[in-house]
Amino acid sequence: MAKRSFAEYVANTQVWKSVFRHGPPDNARNRAAVVAGNVFLHLHPIKLKKSGVQLGYTWCMGGLTFFVFLALTITGVLLMFYYRPTAEYAFNDIIALREHVPLGIMRELHRWGAHLMVITVWIHMFRVFMTGSYKPPREFNWGVGVILLTLTLLLSFTGYLLPWDQLAIWAITVGSNMAKATPFLGHGGPGAALAKIGDFVMVSDKNDVRFQLLGGRFVGEPALLRFYILHCVFIPIVVAVLIAVHFWRVRKDGGISAPL
Amino acid sequence: MKAVFNFLSQPQISFTMTIILFIVAIQKMEFFASKKFGWILLFGTLAFFGWGMTDSVFFGTMSWPDNIPIGILIAIVLWSTWFSLHKGVENDKRIAAGEPPLEGTPENREKVWAWPNLVYTELFAIIACTIFLVAWAIIFKAPLEEPANPTWAPNPAKAPWYFLGLQEMLVYFDPWMAGVVLPVLIIVGLVAIPYLDINPKGNGYYTFRERKFAISSFLFGWLVLWIFLIIVGTFLRGPNWTFYGPFEFWDHHKVVAENNINLSEIFWIKLFNTGLPKNIFLREIAGILLSVGYLFGSIPLITKFWGKRYLEGMGKVRYYLMIILMLTMFSLPIKMYLRWLINLKYIIFMPEFELNI
Repeated sequence: MAKRSFAEYVANTQVWKSVFRHGPPDNARNRAAVVAGNVFLHLHPIKLKKSGVQLGYTWCMGGLTFFVFLALTITGVLLMFYYRPTAEYAFNDIIALREHVPLGIMRELHRWGAHLMVITVWIHMFRVFMTGSYKPPREFNWGVGVILLTLTLLLSFTGYLLPWDQLAIWAITVGSNMAKATPFLGHGGPGAALAKIGDFVMVSDKNDVRFQLLGGRFVGEPALLRFYILHCVFIPIVVAVLIAVHFWRVRKDGGISAPL
Repeated sequence: MKAVFNFLSQPQISFTMTIILFIVAIQKMEFFASKKFGWILLFGTLAFFGWGMTDSVFFGTMSWPDNIPIGILIAIVLWSTWFSLHKGVENDKRIAAGEPPLEGTPENREKVWAWPNLVYTELFAIIACTIFLVAWAIIFKAPLEEPANPTWAPNPAKAPWYFLGLQEMLVYFDPWMAGVVLPVLIIVGLVAIPYLDINPKGNGYYTFRERKFAISSFLFGWLVLWIFLIIVGTFLRGPNWTFYGPFEFWDHHKVVAENNINLSEIFWIKLFNTGLPKNIFLREIAGILLSVGYLFGSIPLITKFWGKRYLEGMGKVRYYLMIILMLTMFSLPIKMYLRWLINLKYIIFMPEFELNI
């Protein structure tokens, strides 16, 4: 009897077989089984056109956007262990993170990852446009993608405030001052002055959209808490749901686009 | 030499040059998508940045940690634009010769297993991305400035870099346009693209000739109005949002003459030599007529001289939506040129309703 290698021994244990219920993916049956039987890999089709796996066609940007999103989720959760979203602690917690965690690069990974995700999602959209992949039957999924792109920007924007330094609050002040100018809904926007009953001003700086966004009239502690919750909970949940829709529709609309 | 670049990068000049270059590129795509031009682009950019980095001001702006993504973005945008057009032009040649596009050859239509063909590609992409990100994180510390101080604003106070195109628009439009209406219309316009572009060709492969109009309009918005304005907002705007050349020191005391005037003043005071009328609608009549005329009155003219074949092909709803979105997009360069050429501040100036255009 030929001597069995250690790998073969492991692959025949009950433990291994309970996890991977098929043999090595070196034949057609097992290659189908490995993709279909794995909850993560089953996002893929079992077979696809050769043009759809060529880097020169796909650029991998959509997949990398998803990967960076996962990396940001993990690094973000780790950062949450060290960070308290209050005006008193926020900045000091970031300092502490820098001073007390040796060789720590979690915040760097998170910040540069956020920038990278903005870039990859833009380039993904660019590739999809240049290959005409938004054309029927993929019109709806393009729309979902545009919403995801917008949410990516909002995720990055809400996270920008959390270090609570000068860079953060003034960038958010510039950004949220736009909300003040929303037509009819912001107190500095066109039409807001028309919404008056006698002397009672309906849209003021105490109730307009900027106030709802910041929880105040300027970027203060309530804004920090709101942005924290939007950044860590609300937008990621919406994004996760839309990613599911996006991936599902990629498959249901015929997989990665190819000439008809 | 540095003075020349400082001079050329003034928005008036660099924006005009970008537009001219863009139009020439669309017309002479064969050349701009060729390998030869690809090399020129690569070495030209490398040479410029390599040389620029020897200047302390240029180096300071480029190496500020939060500006690094834009350096990466510029590199990727230049490469991706050239590469996709290169592949498009190659496919156009194949199609002209009666062959299918590269993506549609019988060989590339064959089905392959996701394992290992796709899964391994993804694995390598993930590893490469991880290495890149970790290296970036080790080399560059995440920026952290002084603790937040609501009573002292830094000058300039800049939004995150991906919004600097919008912040740059604030020079030409009020916040309700630059910060609310135009961004919303960008999103609406993007979502609407598949429903407006009913050209069945170019679905699932790179091409340029088969989708010349769609690709040109998209590239104009993406490169000229988005990426270019981000670059201006990031690298060329200093204190008080004043223009500074890439090799120019940010001198806080640089004085720029502000002598912008409103259309109503040009109309009543300069043209008719009278004061501004009391009635605000009469006062702004020229601007109102001009704006309404631009957005609606111009449509029949556009249709007559240019859009007839599109109107017939697309149907009324698609056609008019497309024209209105296009007119909105072009309102930005038009407003920019009005500012530069006749120092126009507002076309309509109604502070009574906060309605300034």
